[in-house]
Amino acid sequence: MKLFGYHVPMMTSLILWIALWEILGQSGAALVLPPFSAVVERVFEIVPTPTYLKALAITAEAYLLGNLIAIVVGVPVGVLMGRSVIADRLLLPWVNIFLSAPLSALVPVIMVLFGLGMTTIVLTVVLFAVWIIVLDARAGARGISPSLVEMARSYGATPWQAFSKIYLWAALPEILAGIRLGCIRAVKGVIIGQLLVSIVGFGHLFEIYSSNFLMEHFWALVVTLFIFAFAIAEGLGYLERRVEYYAASRN
Amino acid sequence: MTARARPAIADTPIIEVKNLSKTYEGGVEALNDVSLDVPQGKLTTLLGPSGCGKTTLLKIIAGLIPSTKGEVRVSGRMVTGPGPDRAFVFQDFALMPWATVLRNVAFGLELRGVGREEREAVARRHIAEVGLAGFEHRHPHELSGGMRQRVGLARALAVDADVLLMDEPFSSVDEQTRRKFQEDMLSLLSARGKTVLFVTHSIEEAVYLSDRIVLLSRRPSRVAEVIEPDIRRGDDPEAIRRHPAYLDTVETIWQGLKRYLD
Repeated sequence: MKLFGYHVPMMTSLILWIALWEILGQSGAALVLPPFSAVVERVFEIVPTPTYLKALAITAEAYLLGNLIAIVVGVPVGVLMGRSVIADRLLLPWVNIFLSAPLSALVPVIMVLFGLGMTTIVLTVVLFAVWIIVLDARAGARGISPSLVEMARSYGATPWQAFSKIYLWAALPEILAGIRLGCIRAVKGVIIGQLLVSIVGFGHLFEIYSSNFLMEHFWALVVTLFIFAFAIAEGLGYLERRVEYYAASRN
Repeated sequence: MTARARPAIADTPIIEVKNLSKTYEGGVEALNDVSLDVPQGKLTTLLGPSGCGKTTLLKIIAGLIPSTKGEVRVSGRMVTGPGPDRAFVFQDFALMPWATVLRNVAFGLELRGVGREEREAVARRHIAEVGLAGFEHRHPHELSGGMRQRVGLARALAVDADVLLMDEPFSSVDEQTRRKFQEDMLSLLSARGKTVLFVTHSIEEAVYLSDRIVLLSRRPSRVAEVIEPDIRRGDDPEAIRRHPAYLDTVETIWQGLKRYLD
């Protein structure tokens, strides 16, 4: 970005907004908004506590397990939909409905079915992540060059060989894009699940902080979660760019 | 020495096509009652105006698409799907871009469950034979079009099928590369006794390569004529292209095909 002929780094605007936050906080204009400096102090205070670390561990476990299930289920289903007209006709309406549906509304249903525990949170993660993974895997599988499919058939590939040796690899760039988007949605899933269950992990912490009106703690928690979510998205984006050369070289 | 038109009597037919018709969904009639024999150990070309169903015929013989009527037999067995007795060479190469040349060439054997060491040894031998030694660990996007098709040919040779089905293999290869490739392919095949069924739209290519040329009419295709160019193989390739029999055959076919153009 250039301003009055000077090169201005991207992060400058962030500093500007943080300064504004600090001023508003110091002025005491908004009751729920403590100064940024106080929030940062709290971040260093709460992160090393056992309660926070335990919440982090539980969240990470639910997040990773949920994503793993979403990938293991979503990729084969998506590839199947991309290659089989019948499967596609059967499943596509559902995938599209769930992709745009307000999924938070379904979490209470999961809660009733599976109780107020880890299972519910893992399933919420799956529910948030899986649809976009299915849809992108489907798009990738539909785009596989017809001659590559014919090649697999003419050299005698079984359906499993065609899937594991051709389809999965030929659709890999789209599959990875789907997984990245799924992982980003899963962050929402894991937090919303915990907030609604509210006796596990960060949901529990949020519950304690907000009911006791510990706004500095509350914002400190929010800031750390934002940082995690941003880091996950950036990390996955970096990985995806590394396989991009390969998408371009497909013929 | 002149080109002669002969009736379609095979020496020993390895591929027999009887009364084959193909109508695509939507009513496009690609083939109409096609019958032909492909002699064993020879190179037969399917030649015809573009869009005449040559590739459709080849893919039906490969077992990749079903016919509407009629039957295809290879070595006496009815074709119901792809089989290990036939290997396909694709117009657009159909190489796996994520795999090395070595894995691409060994892929047919990999699918058959041949052990890694054995299939890679076979693949290396064929890579060397098509003139790509030293490129085993390159990826397809690092190779030129001609080199990619050499990989496609090596892959087809590696599975040691009796019949090679080649779908316009040189059409995506530039002219100079093509000539060299044609010569190399002839010398590769002459030593092996493979039967080759070759689809092309180039008259020169057909006459230069073929023992037998099957001329197809415009869609819905029928066999219009079968020509066996009387050209001695093993001559200097440049001499063949100037040989009167070569030039006569090209001219005869051109006169035959001209009526389909308007």
